[in-house]
Amino acid sequence: MATFKDFRNAVKPNWCPGCGDFSVQAAIQRAAANVGYEPNELAVISGIGCSGRISGYINSYGFHGIHGRALPIAQGLKMANKDLKVIASGGDGDGFAIGMGHTIHAIRRNIDITYVVMDNQIYGLTKGQTSPRSAAGFVTKSTPGGAIEPSLKPLEVALTAGATFVAQGFSTDIKELTALIEAGLNHKGFSFINVFSPCVTYNKVNTYDWFKENLTKLADIEGYDPHNREQAMQTVMQHEGLVTGLIYHDTETTSYQDKIQGYSELPLTDIDISLQEDQFEALVKEFM
Amino acid sequence: MLHQLSWKVGGQQGEGIESTGEIFSTAMNRLGYHLYGYRHFSSRIKGGHTNNKITVRPTPVQVIADDLDILVAFDQETIDVNYHELTASSIILADAKFNPVNPEDSKAPLYAIGFTEIASELGTSLMKNMVAIGATAALLNLDEAVFQSVVDEIFGRKGEEVVAKNLEAIKRGRDEVVAQLGERVGAWALAPADGKRRMFMIGNDAVALGALAAGSRFMAAYPITPASEIMEYMIKKLPLVGGAVIQTEDEIAAATMAIGANFGGVRAFTASAGPGLSLMMEAIGLSGMTEQPLVIIDTQRGGPSTGLPTKQEQSDLMAMVYGTHGEIPKVVIAPSNGEEAFYDTIQAFNIAEELQLPVIILTDLQLSLGKQTVEPFDYSKIDIRRGKIVDSVEDEETKEYFKRFEVTEDGVSPRVLPGLKGGIHHVTGVEHDEQGKPSEATGNRRAQMDKRFRKLEHLRFEKPVHVNAPHDEADVLLVGFNSTRGTIEEAMVQLEADGLKVNHAHVRLMFPFPADEMRALVDRAKHVVVVENNATGQLANMLKMNVGGHGKIKNVLKYDGTPFLPRELAGLVKESI
Repeated sequence: MATFKDFRNAVKPNWCPGCGDFSVQAAIQRAAANVGYEPNELAVISGIGCSGRISGYINSYGFHGIHGRALPIAQGLKMANKDLKVIASGGDGDGFAIGMGHTIHAIRRNIDITYVVMDNQIYGLTKGQTSPRSAAGFVTKSTPGGAIEPSLKPLEVALTAGATFVAQGFSTDIKELTALIEAGLNHKGFSFINVFSPCVTYNKVNTYDWFKENLTKLADIEGYDPHNREQAMQTVMQHEGLVTGLIYHDTETTSYQDKIQGYSELPLTDIDISLQEDQFEALVKEFM
Repeated sequence: MLHQLSWKVGGQQGEGIESTGEIFSTAMNRLGYHLYGYRHFSSRIKGGHTNNKITVRPTPVQVIADDLDILVAFDQETIDVNYHELTASSIILADAKFNPVNPEDSKAPLYAIGFTEIASELGTSLMKNMVAIGATAALLNLDEAVFQSVVDEIFGRKGEEVVAKNLEAIKRGRDEVVAQLGERVGAWALAPADGKRRMFMIGNDAVALGALAAGSRFMAAYPITPASEIMEYMIKKLPLVGGAVIQTEDEIAAATMAIGANFGGVRAFTASAGPGLSLMMEAIGLSGMTEQPLVIIDTQRGGPSTGLPTKQEQSDLMAMVYGTHGEIPKVVIAPSNGEEAFYDTIQAFNIAEELQLPVIILTDLQLSLGKQTVEPFDYSKIDIRRGKIVDSVEDEETKEYFKRFEVTEDGVSPRVLPGLKGGIHHVTGVEHDEQGKPSEATGNRRAQMDKRFRKLEHLRFEKPVHVNAPHDEADVLLVGFNSTRGTIEEAMVQLEADGLKVNHAHVRLMFPFPADEMRALVDRAKHVVVVENNATGQLANMLKMNVGGHGKIKNVLKYDGTPFLPRELAGLVKESI
């Protein structure tokens, strides 16, 4: 059985020292090993941005796509081969700005993949512009007078879009994050995991210390029930999204692929793709 | 006895005009006639003038006729908009209900028939289209029994009584015309057909069936005119073979989802029109850069922007050939009729996998939506070639990435599908080395660019140009692509009758451009006239870029949303030289 070390490769990440993404990478590697995957059974699909490089830093099949489109590529791959374990990953710009349409629809569609967002509230790779996750007033190169748009609320968006699995982690807490990703991988449907992954170079506000001061663990809230969507929404709103843990888990709804009529039991990659002659002739006859 | 009949039915959109044309033409097709239809419609659900013009011949036909023999009108607008197509030997059959008026300068007589009245007498005015079909049948000397099988199929599930009522409506329409026209009935009878059963389909059907036969088992698409029928066919048929369609949130998702599925190892595709293709451009570049197979159908319609969404145009050519930023190898194929659309789609999937690149099938609205007779497709001609897929590696325990982008002589690298032990590799739209790891090294950049473009040298495509060149030295070489083929052939006959020596080249492979084949034809012609449904002469420009002959290349362009008609085209060709 593979250990987390088997999910390491020889590529040295080009992230800044201290970047939160290192811990997210480690958590994904540990979670994949913990749920019993082999590296060849896993595919990591990523978008563009600092965090998008992650697909090249994990020893698994990897696809580093175009900005904002990790989710459709990942969904297409899962549709083709449902035996593969598919993780989509990227930053807050990738998932909540250019790719927001895909994020909402992927959540709504509920194909059985896991989406890990490395949320640093800033555009890093382009050297410090505002992100949809930047708080109002946040000063960046593109918002010298402070951001005037309110910050997007991904957890609330996910809950209203019909998410069946919503979690949030903090990159420093690898143990909790690993457990959340494991739970996401085990979930039969779309699992959405937002991770606070601080940018040490361009975000001097939402620092490690800032998160430590402001985050609340759901595990510490007495009576919190992650199967209750209403309570999830209320709690997230009360804490302005600054919570970590399993926020919502719907264990009853079946995944998209389980609902498709006529969809092959075998992965599409394993079926014979030639039409039989009588089958073809019948199709031709329909036009005669 | 006529050797060609041109029939048109018109009325308000949503009034059953479609089904009138459908039932009439299906019955004619079953008698062994060849048909070619053109739909005039607007981008709205109900209301607005719509018509369906159909050419019927006992011999193969792929042309919309210049003139109209029979006009069936359900409203005055149909007469006012279309009577100029009528000749002295034509006839108008109009619903008496709207008190039809024949324009003063109309060359054809008008007969008011109680389409609605007879239908209402039989129980429902909805059957007025059946009465109109019966009226047409009288002119063609056809028995109502000819329509039996079609009526059975459409109304069978509603019970015997409904079938009988509809047949009665046809008979009553027929009787009414016989009573009014007397001896003239049957004057529009066609020479007999061979009775052979053939397919009758729109180009979108042919493409979709081609994709199914090619082994495509996943489609991701977003609805758009005039491409949606492809998705709708796949939604009906893919579940029968285990596959699935996802209607995506947009065309960007459609193209990238198809790329993801192809990466997984399934033949996946998408279909759209100009606006969708514009959104897919970045994804097409991703397919080219990451060497993931991808098949995209572009059903051209009037552009730019929303343009003329329900009208004929051929203005996406340059965008499809040169579109996406940067430079990738790509193949663009342009079938001209239903038969080519089917076989070319199969080849598109083969080429996409063999050369690991994006293949665009370019059609146009007339081909996509015009219904035409097609010889039954041949099962034995379906071949599936998947290229260099590797299903095992020597060392399964290796920690090294598989060389998915290995620099090879033919430019095509061995391909493993995700899941294979020992085959792990990385795919990225960033320039990368043989293992898919990002690399900006200059030598690697050249090696990978050259490798990707080398693949095009190994493209196998049968008949990149459809050639009909009876003359060693021609006065005129007519050049076109997509649905104009039949019209050019017909115009060619007219021009030859006027004493011109005419050759015809219909380009089927738009990229890589078949320069050698075209040069040989251009060299043998005094004038080269390029016939296109666009305003800027895109194919003519491609010909100039790839072949030369600037001095003798002339444009015949039409971009008003309607297809060329043969006589019109012949006239324009003569004017241009």
